[in-house]
Amino acid sequence: MATSLNDMMQTVPQWSDYIRILPEIVLSLFGMAVMMLDAVMDESKSQKALGAVALIGAFGAIGATLYQAQYPFGYGFWEMVRVDAFSIFFHFIVAAVTAVVILASFEYMEVQRIRAGEYYGLILFGAVGMSLMSSAVELVLIFIALEISSIATYILAGFRRRSATSSESSLKYFLLGSFATAFFLYGVALMFGATGSTSIFAISRSLESGNISLLAYAGLAFMFVGLGFKVAAAPFHVWTPDVYEGAPSPVVAFMSTAPKAAVFAVLLRVIFEINSPVPTRMWLIWIVAALSMTIGNIAALVQNNVKRLLAYSSIAHAGYILVAFAALPSSGIPAAMFYTAAYAAMNVGAFAVISHFGGEGERYVTMEDYAGLGKRSPLLAVTLTIFLLSLIGIPATGGFFAKFYVFSAALQANLVGLVIIGVLNSAIGAYYYLRIIVAMYMHEPKQEAPVAPIPMGAGLALAISVVVTIYLGVIPGRVLNYAQQSVSELTPVGQVVSLQAPHAVEARMATNVKKALAH
Amino acid sequence: MLHLVLFTVFGLICVAGAINLLVQTHPINSALSLVVVMGSLAVEYLLLGAEFVAAVQVIVYAGAIMVLFVFVIMLLNAGAEERSKGSIVALMLGVPGMLVGSILTAWVLVKHSGTQPVALGALPGHPKDIAQLLFHDFLLPFEVTSILVLIAIMGAVVLASRPESIEKTKKEN
Amino acid sequence: MPQRSADYCGLQFIAFIKGKVLSLTTFIIVSVIKIAIVLFILLTAVAYTVWLERKVVGHMQNRWGPTRVGPFGLLQPAADGIKFLFKEDLTPPHVYKPLYIAAPIIAVVCALTSIAVIPFGNWVPVPGGGSTPLQITDINIGLLVILGITSIGVYGVALSGWSSNSKYSLLGGLRASAQMVSYEIALGLSLVGVLILSGSFSLREIVAAQSGHFWGFIPNWNIFRGCQFIAFFIYLMAAYAETNRIPFDLPEAETELVAGYHTEYSAMKFAMFFMAEYANMITVACLASLLFLGGWHGPLFGPQILQAILPVFWFVLRVFVFLFIYIWVRGTLPRFRYDQLMAFGWKFLLPLSIANLVVTALVVALRA
Repeated sequence: MATSLNDMMQTVPQWSDYIRILPEIVLSLFGMAVMMLDAVMDESKSQKALGAVALIGAFGAIGATLYQAQYPFGYGFWEMVRVDAFSIFFHFIVAAVTAVVILASFEYMEVQRIRAGEYYGLILFGAVGMSLMSSAVELVLIFIALEISSIATYILAGFRRRSATSSESSLKYFLLGSFATAFFLYGVALMFGATGSTSIFAISRSLESGNISLLAYAGLAFMFVGLGFKVAAAPFHVWTPDVYEGAPSPVVAFMSTAPKAAVFAVLLRVIFEINSPVPTRMWLIWIVAALSMTIGNIAALVQNNVKRLLAYSSIAHAGYILVAFAALPSSGIPAAMFYTAAYAAMNVGAFAVISHFGGEGERYVTMEDYAGLGKRSPLLAVTLTIFLLSLIGIPATGGFFAKFYVFSAALQANLVGLVIIGVLNSAIGAYYYLRIIVAMYMHEPKQEAPVAPIPMGAGLALAISVVVTIYLGVIPGRVLNYAQQSVSELTPVGQVVSLQAPHAVEARMATNVKKALAH
Repeated sequence: MLHLVLFTVFGLICVAGAINLLVQTHPINSALSLVVVMGSLAVEYLLLGAEFVAAVQVIVYAGAIMVLFVFVIMLLNAGAEERSKGSIVALMLGVPGMLVGSILTAWVLVKHSGTQPVALGALPGHPKDIAQLLFHDFLLPFEVTSILVLIAIMGAVVLASRPESIEKTKKEN
Repeated sequence: MPQRSADYCGLQFIAFIKGKVLSLTTFIIVSVIKIAIVLFILLTAVAYTVWLERKVVGHMQNRWGPTRVGPFGLLQPAADGIKFLFKEDLTPPHVYKPLYIAAPIIAVVCALTSIAVIPFGNWVPVPGGGSTPLQITDINIGLLVILGITSIGVYGVALSGWSSNSKYSLLGGLRASAQMVSYEIALGLSLVGVLILSGSFSLREIVAAQSGHFWGFIPNWNIFRGCQFIAFFIYLMAAYAETNRIPFDLPEAETELVAGYHTEYSAMKFAMFFMAEYANMITVACLASLLFLGGWHGPLFGPQILQAILPVFWFVLRVFVFLFIYIWVRGTLPRFRYDQLMAFGWKFLLPLSIANLVVTALVVALRA
């Protein structure tokens, strides 16, 4: 208690505060370093060097996350961020995805003739926002972090400056994304109106005390709409295919995994901490999950463009993850976290293949182009097959255990209907993923798309993705155990422990309101 | 009473400005309507006892951002937009939908917010309170905003730069 | 419940605007009187600043300036006013009428409004009990209100240039709005040092913080005591640019743009821009006196009535000196080139004001 009071009085951030945001600091510093180097270095020679600096930054962020894991967990910056097993899990995913995407972009940048400085800078800064989202426990900070990650991805989507679809993708994403962020912000405002606080713990405590106003429900619903848009859950998914189709493939690899993981982290915090006292949340998530799975899978059936196909598949996968949200916290949280990790590995890998195969201007992206790939470039075909099998959920891949945990969590919560819909959808999904595999191995190409030998950067990225996908499919125990640790941190049991710390902001707000009522 | 009347009047002005913003065809009229919206919002803040926020709202939004809007419109010499017919379905669904939505929100706010009325000046509005919030309690979001601004600037530079820049430098070398 | 709280808020609001001791009717009467007096003085001052300018510049250029109307040409402003009123009010056919008419109104309203929060002296007793400040309204964010209104004033200039629908006006309007937006930043930042020193946005409190002397004789003005002379210099430069005066009068540079943004205006509409420009000059001069030069502080002596008037006199004296420097500069300096103007604002004044701000903040923090 004494230390906590001391904590309240302190006016300058302490060393521990900085450690709580260490990965973000590392990423920002390297982001700025990339920009500075871009300004000083000769443009034609700097592309690889900047990529290397950015890569070091991403690995630095992984290191910083591991360091955080050694350090005692807790709050930083007056209960703005909270470092715990949960945030470290997502920090790790974001940093790892960043590193792999940077690797995959090494050669892509030169093939597409994209300026590297801003590209790597934006990826690193976007990663700052995503990391912050997973550790923030204050809606204002979450909003700003969400904006950072979103704006970075809006711009990255438009990086293929010569292509009209890329500009279209960027603009669409920007307009609809801003609309969604506004929803989120409005929800935060309503929530503040209902509870007098923007701190997740304070809100959850205020709601637990009973007497939940309709305003709080409205706030929660608006926030859910905003976040649902960001993870491309139906019915907020319409932007996804166009954006994914136009954006550069490594960027799609990035934005279909890292920001999604971060937004799922926010959703987990919001839903299981704020929402746990609200029992009626189920039906909303139930509907969204069922819709996402069904719409995503059915629309993917008719796609001929592989990028579009994977875009619809990512809608479907958002639906699978949301199934876990409808389940009980004890099994739902680790299942959702595991699914996020597995999905990150396989999707980044799949898009890394697409970005390498696409060639200059991303010309080769249709099903016909992939025909006969198994003969021309067996290695590329095998890796893509592994990722697609994992996306289907074949055993011995990460996707299998991800689906398994999610559905068993849903069964524990007696959501039989949802599980049936999910399993049926997985069967539908298998069809279109297999279509690509069949095309690669069994179809004769009408017109052979050239395949360049796999360069080092992309090769490393693919190797990492394959290893992680298979690792998660063979030995899922360690990751799942780590995810399970965070259950106690997100559920009310954990909150009782965490709430003993006096809440600086909330205390002041409370006195203000009391003062007001005394009048 | 006086307070309530002023609040309502400026609220109505604000809404009228917002509607006018949508109805006007010329960009400069729309931009000026937005100035009206910003200004009346500032008055609303003032009436709520947040005089510092009100002043900042005027200086930043009405005074700086909107001036740049107007400036750009003048510079581009943008003419009146052509009126498209617009989709009747959107009109038929959108307007009632919006009305229902806003009435619902208002109803929730008035009847079911579950909050007590708060006296003027009870919530932090003095510059010192705001400074305390901004530079202490919300220090991290405040600082992180600088990254947000930085990437926004980067984005503007990226999207405004010419796509050929790399090739050109390659040729020069 | 909400009803009661609204009434309560209303009462609070009245208490907030009426200061401390006056009843509502007295408050309204006193306010109206004050507004009338201040406006009268301001407009007269505007008229005679023009006269002063013509006279001073005339003498600097070895001419007489106006001499024909009244002794020393003192009635010249009245003659000008009558001329403006009775001239034909031309509206060119190609203008965008709503904004063409609104622009001078915006300009003049903003210029006249900002004087409302400027204090001219101490509190004075009111016949009928109570006392009132020599100021239309005393609000605790006075400085921000002035900055806000000034920033709105840009619209008058920008819109007049655009709505006139002529190339000279448009160029003038563009230049003016770019210039005003750019220099507003340096202007605002130069004031932050003063705000840090006095810890308040209230102009009255800022002046109160500058009373007394140090080392026996040097007055406690911010420019001396707080070492804000760099800020004062920045303020001076930025203020000239904000009011579009020489050497920053590019928006109306006669040699290239005819008359800039008000090329297409005539008669009273033109006079409104004219009035706005000079009213802004006076506001800026008042602000400089209040923020940097100790406001109305000065030696007090003599009988009671003289002691009541002296602060106002000291204040007016400072404003006069500031206006004189304005005119003096106009008589002396040539005009900047546009790129020089922008480079000066962004690359010199802005970094300088940031440096001044940082140093002041450090000094204050170390002293505390």
